[in-house]
Amino acid sequence: MFRILDARRLASDVKWFRIKAPLAARNRQPGQFVILRLEEGGERIPLTMAAADRESGTIELIVKAIGATTKHLCELEAGDDIADIMGPLGKPTEIHACEHAVLVGGGVGTAVIYPLAPALREAGCFVTAITGGRTHDLVVLEAELRSVCDDVCVTTDDGSYGFKGNVADRLEELLSNATKPVGVVYAAGPVPMMRAVCDRTRPHKIRTIVSLNPIMVDGTGMCGGCRITVGGQQVFACVDGPEFDGHEVDFDELADRLTAYRTQERTALERFEREHGHACASTRLTTA
Amino acid sequence: MAMSPKDRIKIQRQSMPERDADVRNADFKEVNIGFSLDLAQTESVRCLQCKDAKCTCGCPVGIPIPEFLERIADNDLKGAAEILLGANALPGITGRVCPQEEQCEQFCVRAKSKNGEPVAIGHLERFVADWARENMDIRQICAPATGRKVAVVGSGPAGLTCAGELAKCGHDVTIFEALHTVGGVLTYGIPEFRLPNKIIEAEVDRLRQMGVKIVCNVVVGRTFTVDELLTDEGFDAMFIANGAGLPVFMNIPGENLKGVYSANEYLTRTNLMRAYEFPEAETPIIKGDRIAVIGGGNVAMDSVRTAKRLGAKVATLVYRRSREEMPARKEEVHHAEQEGIEFQMLTAPLRILGDENRWVRGLECQRMELGEPDDSGRRRPVPIEGSKFVIDCDVVIEAIGTRANPLLTATTPDLKLNKWGYILVDETGATSKPGVYAGGDITRGSATVILAMGDGKRAAASIHAFLTANAECAVAR
Ligand SMILES: Cc1cc2nc3c(=O)[nH]c(=O)nc-3n(C[C@H](O)[C@H](O)[C@H](O)COP(=O)(O)OP(=O)(O)OC[C@H]3O[C@@H](n4cnc5c(N)ncnc54)[C@H](O)[C@@H]3O)c2cc1C
Ligand SMILES: Cc1cc2nc3c(=O)[nH]c(=O)nc-3n(C[C@H](O)[C@H](O)[C@H](O)COP(=O)(O)OP(=O)(O)OC[C@H]3O[C@@H](n4cnc5c(N)ncnc54)[C@H](O)[C@@H]3O)c2cc1C
Ligand code: SF4
Ligand code: SF4
Ligand code: FES
Repeated sequence: MFRILDARRLASDVKWFRIKAPLAARNRQPGQFVILRLEEGGERIPLTMAAADRESGTIELIVKAIGATTKHLCELEAGDDIADIMGPLGKPTEIHACEHAVLVGGGVGTAVIYPLAPALREAGCFVTAITGGRTHDLVVLEAELRSVCDDVCVTTDDGSYGFKGNVADRLEELLSNATKPVGVVYAAGPVPMMRAVCDRTRPHKIRTIVSLNPIMVDGTGMCGGCRITVGGQQVFACVDGPEFDGHEVDFDELADRLTAYRTQERTALERFEREHGHACASTRLTTA
Repeated sequence: MAMSPKDRIKIQRQSMPERDADVRNADFKEVNIGFSLDLAQTESVRCLQCKDAKCTCGCPVGIPIPEFLERIADNDLKGAAEILLGANALPGITGRVCPQEEQCEQFCVRAKSKNGEPVAIGHLERFVADWARENMDIRQICAPATGRKVAVVGSGPAGLTCAGELAKCGHDVTIFEALHTVGGVLTYGIPEFRLPNKIIEAEVDRLRQMGVKIVCNVVVGRTFTVDELLTDEGFDAMFIANGAGLPVFMNIPGENLKGVYSANEYLTRTNLMRAYEFPEAETPIIKGDRIAVIGGGNVAMDSVRTAKRLGAKVATLVYRRSREEMPARKEEVHHAEQEGIEFQMLTAPLRILGDENRWVRGLECQRMELGEPDDSGRRRPVPIEGSKFVIDCDVVIEAIGTRANPLLTATTPDLKLNKWGYILVDETGATSKPGVYAGGDITRGSATVILAMGDGKRAAASIHAFLTANAECAVAR
């Protein structure tokens, strides 16, 4: 059992957790993730470790509630236990030392890029973060990003806050106007967003590292369910990634494979909401 | 029960009582019911008690077969169990999953005569093991604690066997398992209708009683490296048995369509995550009405029979050679047939076809015929011109083999590997790294449960010798 020590809501559907998980914490490097299972019969889901502390044996997770398991997790509080946490998994982020690094996060992806900032700054980069949402309420982790980045740009599609437009538009503007030349872009979020980011960096030939989120089961390379195509080659995101050269990724295929369980995910969500007393059965399923 | 060989010869092989094919192909309960005492005794009397028992030579762990069969015939089940357990720690498992027809039973003299059938050694082994589990206190007496710590990586048959043997010698053993449950392929691969989980659980309980510690959710190579376990965590020796679980795909077009699975994923979702209980169990699986499974081994057979149980109207096995070449256990092929599995033999898949939404809709295949024998002596299948056809299906499962998983070995550079990435060991199970031993599928490639167990046992003996020698050195110093 893994005890939740601290839990805090960051936005209506985003929650931060500090959890006692000494084994996952001990060798964790930025970019690595855990696979957790809430209880007997639960699904195994991957989540990035936003931070970890070897001394206290704790890890931090930032979770966006989008389906049955993440919603269930977001209802847990300090003192609650999680059945299984396995990790660290995946390769650590390649820290590309350069003058200016840009982190682009959309939705859940902001939780994934957030832990990279300290490592990049340590490597001497000036770090700009671009984060966004459809509207102001959906912007998450702004304050957290401000505490670890040199500059933070916020975008909203409806212009209710910050730059009006999406993160890729904002990135494009930055790339054409940046006083410090951008040496690397890290992007994590919904597939269309990552694809748009890569389309904007490609003409500038800027190294673009994307953190991919295929569906996983074991996380050890055993099932092949997380396979994706990068540079025409089949790779397993859990062991070969989850970060890849964005200019080589087959995003169409990834986006399509993420829809494989749409019907079942809806069933699971409805069942969860029935059992946990939520009235709204029509909850929107955010497209990953 | 003295009986003349002539009378013994007259007795026909007793068949294993099984659940009705049309009932069992809709659930995950065990197919074989097991011998009654009566059946077991009748069957064991068939054994001719050969002086030079060839059957025992065919068993990779050398179980003294005529001796345990004689005890059954004499109604001394406890005696039978003691003999069996002396040579094989997991008879309830091997009795169910060993390819007996290629091992012990193949060498039985009774199979040599015309129309002769071997003694049902596997079924009898299972009978005694099940009896022992329910009626005997099979707790091991362990030697006094030696204070030496051994890490075992992986809780498949190799790891479990090695851990048990080492605990018997009084060593302090910890098993590290990556998944949330123990058992390796026995749990996530082989379905419950062949090997119920309770048998693995009983074994694991026995190990716990012997003081073996089991830590799940630890991926050696990431959570700890091999070196960290040996230095920071103070283990004196290690046994690596992390299996060969990296699925191979055929590399044909359409493999990334929705509805294409590796057998590992399909079976893991079903067995480990219990997707057949969805939504009570939360892991989903694409069920499909028509399923095609590619391959001819036990893994393919388990997948296709699982598909049927998940509700497929048509479940087809596609294999490029002929029936005789199929590596699966004979019993599984027989059971699959009874359960209504369709066989497309001498058929090679060319590509997987998808609809406009990228869901699987068919498997394009080509008929083959057997040509000249290849290096392995098996006749090589060659395509027949103009024989392309499509199998309509909405799920395709590839069960064509696995490779070595590099996760652990990549972080242990001084561990010597062969050209396929499997760990090299000598005849004692020792790797190139002092104090580190290995066995099971990670040294052999995909093999069998009994060979993995044999490796675990051999490595335990070597580790014990290594630790004892080291202890003496320490005292001498
Ligand atoms: C390496 C990695 C790191 C991640 N890090 C974070 C993180 O730090 N914070 C965070 O909130 N989320 C993260 N995710 C995404 C998170 O795993 C999914 O949101 C979660 O699995 C959804 O489960 P669910 O049951 O709540 O939703 P479901 O009902 O299962 O699915 C809802 C949506 O999530 C997608 N999805 C389903 N299962 C998975 C899965 N196993 N992996 C990825 N996507 C899935 C589906 O395509 C669907 O669009 C990460 C994913 C990966 C692969
Ligand atoms: C579907 C299927 C059916 C089969 N049917 C039969 C049969 O009928 N008869 C037969 O004799 N054989 C059968 N086999 C083969 C047999 O199961 C294997 O040969 C045997 O299980 C190998 O045992 P092992 O202990 O080497 O490894 P495994 O059983 O593969 O166990 C390895 C364990 O190590 C864990 N692990 C992996 N990496 C790490 C790591 N880095 N850190 C910690 N733990 C790790 C894994 O999670 C796993 O639990 C079958 C195999 C499959 C897949
Ligand atoms: S362990 Fe396997 S090979 Fe040996 S006697 Fe038992 S069934 Fe036969
Ligand atoms: S070879 Fe057959 S008959 Fe002879 S001892 Fe073995 S099981 Fe009995
Ligand atoms: S999650 Fe199973 S191989 Fe990556």
